Formats: sequence, C-alpha cells, structure tokens
Amino acid sequence: MVRLNDLDEIDAGHLVDKECPPFETRPWVTGPPLAQRRVAIVTTAGLHRRDDRNFALRDLGYRVIPGDIDTADLVMTQSSVNYDRTGFQQDVNVVFPIDRLRELAAAGEVGAVANFHYSLNGAGWMPHEIEPTARELAGLLKEDKVNAVLLVPV
Amino acid sequence: MGATAHYLEDEGLPTAGISLVRDNTERLRPPRFLWAPFELGRPFGAPNEVAFQTRVLRAALALFDHDGPSPVLEDFPDDAPGAAVSGDDMIGWTCPIPLPNIADTSTPELLAAVRAELDSLAPWAQLAQETRGRTATGVLCVAIEDIAEFLHGLMDGVPDSPKEGVPVGEAFRQAGEELKTYYLEAATAKPGTASSKDLADWFWGATAAGRLLLALHPVCLTSDDAGVRQVATSQLVPRLQQHRLSP
Repeated sequence: MVRLNDLDEIDAGHLVDKECPPFETRPWVTGPPLAQRRVAIVTTAGLHRRDDRNFALRDLGYRVIPGDIDTADLVMTQSSVNYDRTGFQQDVNVVFPIDRLRELAAAGEVGAVANFHYSLNGAGWMPHEIEPTARELAGLLKEDKVNAVLLVPV
Repeated sequence: MGATAHYLEDEGLPTAGISLVRDNTERLRPPRFLWAPFELGRPFGAPNEVAFQTRVLRAALALFDHDGPSPVLEDFPDDAPGAAVSGDDMIGWTCPIPLPNIADTSTPELLAAVRAELDSLAPWAQLAQETRGRTATGVLCVAIEDIAEFLHGLMDGVPDSPKEGVPVGEAFRQAGEELKTYYLEAATAKPGTASSKDLADWFWGATAAGRLLLALHPVCLTSDDAGVRQVATSQLVPRLQQHRLSP
C-alpha cells in the first residue's frame, strides 16, 4: 500500500510546511440525502474555458465552468510546476470528474449537477488568503441552489 | 482546499473534499475530507479509468451523509491503477517516437534541435489530438515554433512577449508549460504504460526542449525582468528535476 511516499519527500515537505492557520470554529452544515443534493465542483487545478482568461502566476480569482461544458474546451494554466499534468492531458476527469458526476446524476445517485462549477489557481498563495474569494463563491453557489460542494485539489 | 472548505461551510454550504496530502488536511481540520493515496495532479487516480474514478467520486460524495462531528477525515483504501511504486524506475521506459540525438548539441544550437524535435513530434501530436478530441495546448494562442523561438530568445535577454497584453514573465511561464504539453501529448499518443515519472524524466533528461528550459534557469535568474526572474526561481524546473541543473 502506497501512502505518503506517493509524494517525494521534497514535495511532501513543501506542502506540509505551508502555513496552515487553525480555525477557531468548526462549521458543519447538514443536508438531504445525496440523491436529493445539487452538486457543484470547485477545483484548484487552474482549469478554464479556452477563451477565458489564463490564470496569472499569483491569482486569487476564479473562473466559471458551465455545467454543460464540453471537456474539450477546458485548458489548465495553474501556476505550479510540481505536479503531474499528463493525466489531465489524457483525460479531464482525472482532475475534474464532470463526466463521472453526470453519470451518477443520470443514475439517480446524485440529485442534480449544478449549472456552474468554479476553478481556482491553487498555487502562489497561503490558505487564509482565499477567504474573500471563497465567501464570494458561496453566494454564487447558493444562487445556483447548490447544497453539496465537492472540493478537488490538484 | 481545506481553507476553502472551512469558509464555504461557514457560509452555510455543505462541503466534502479530496486530500492528496493527509498531514496538511489534518492540520487544517476541514469538515469532511477523503484522503486519497494518489500522486499530485491526479485526484481521481488515473486517466481513462472510468470505474475507478467513479469509486473515488462515490467515496467522496458519501461524506455528505456522514453524521459527524467535524472534522471527518477518511482514507480511500486503494492505490491508483498503474501507480508508480518506489523503486520501479529501474524498469525504464523509452519514448516510442524517435528523436534526433542531442548528446553533442551546444546551447546556441538548442533552438535548431528543438525545431527538429517538433518536426518529429508533429504527427504524434496531431494523432493525440484526433484520438482524444482535444488538446491542452494553445493557451497562449501562439504557434509552437514561435513558443520555442521566444523561449530561446530569453537566453540573450528579455524578448518581447509573444502575446499582446501578457507580461513577458507570464508568457515565459505559460510558454514553458505549452512546450512541455506539446511534447507530452505527442509522447502519449501511442498506447503504453509510461508513468508520469517516466514522462517527466524523458522530457527533462532526453529532449532538446528539456535541455533548453534547464539552460534558461541560470540565465533567467539574473534577468532584467522581475517576472522572468520569479518564474526561473520557482515556476520553471520542477523540484523533482532540479538535480539536472548544473551546480
């Protein structure tokens, strides 16, 4: 069984050493069964539509990915060079499982797929710096009646 | 992702996430996370493994039905299909696309060598695009030959950005990724079992393009442009390939 040594020591150390401020509260929001949930994906893979703006090196903004996106229209301009991109180049779903989510929705396991998903550039900033963007996204997700947000790193 | 989860949940939205670095998630203690023992860049395990990706997705979504309390951090039990195991790099992998020998290529000759490689790779890049119905290249909307020329131009100073409105440092970062993407899409056009490590070692250790990016590192660290210096410092050569840099 491979565990943390899936990461080389250098990568693992770099990520663990990132400042991770503790949070004083432990929010926990409940909801209906999964079959009644409306699911949106938030990814830090720096994905966006080909015609949208590329992510800049230090970019705390977000990009919108429509729920009916043709995955052939997705490109990646995330800042980090320290992760594998060949998986994404061969299959978008290895970082953004939109086809798998659509399949579960079609089978009734998931209530619905959101109208909009969101992408961040997950490199170049410290965890607490994402707060304004995250709170802005919360409003957009609520407008879309999302009640399950799947967070996917890269 | 842990901090994003905290802020969204604080706004009243239920969240569930995937963790690729368990220690990091343990520290942040977001509400619901699934640690998956996969390499960075592949949070759903492996490309084109539909059943496995679905298993990971189901396991992550199942966290929404967890009774709590926060934090919930569960482990996905299996490794990704075809995951590289420490020590298996002795098996080796050879790119099925023959490229010109670059052993005696000097730095000034690297642009010609990269152009020769691009010629060799072109039909495979085209095949990859046709097979997959997509390409991840084209983010700068600049021809790949012009990308190579721009990158080589950084050996002699600060050239104009190849893309209007994109600062030269940003163009440097994105051009480097663009060149890698072109090579790696071509190299994976033929069916095979190359791991991500195989592919990275091939690009950085056996191609003129990799040699060009490595040669740019010391030059661009002292560039007149701050953006170029920033990219050379941390966005050019992956940590796992920095042993190839000259001391």
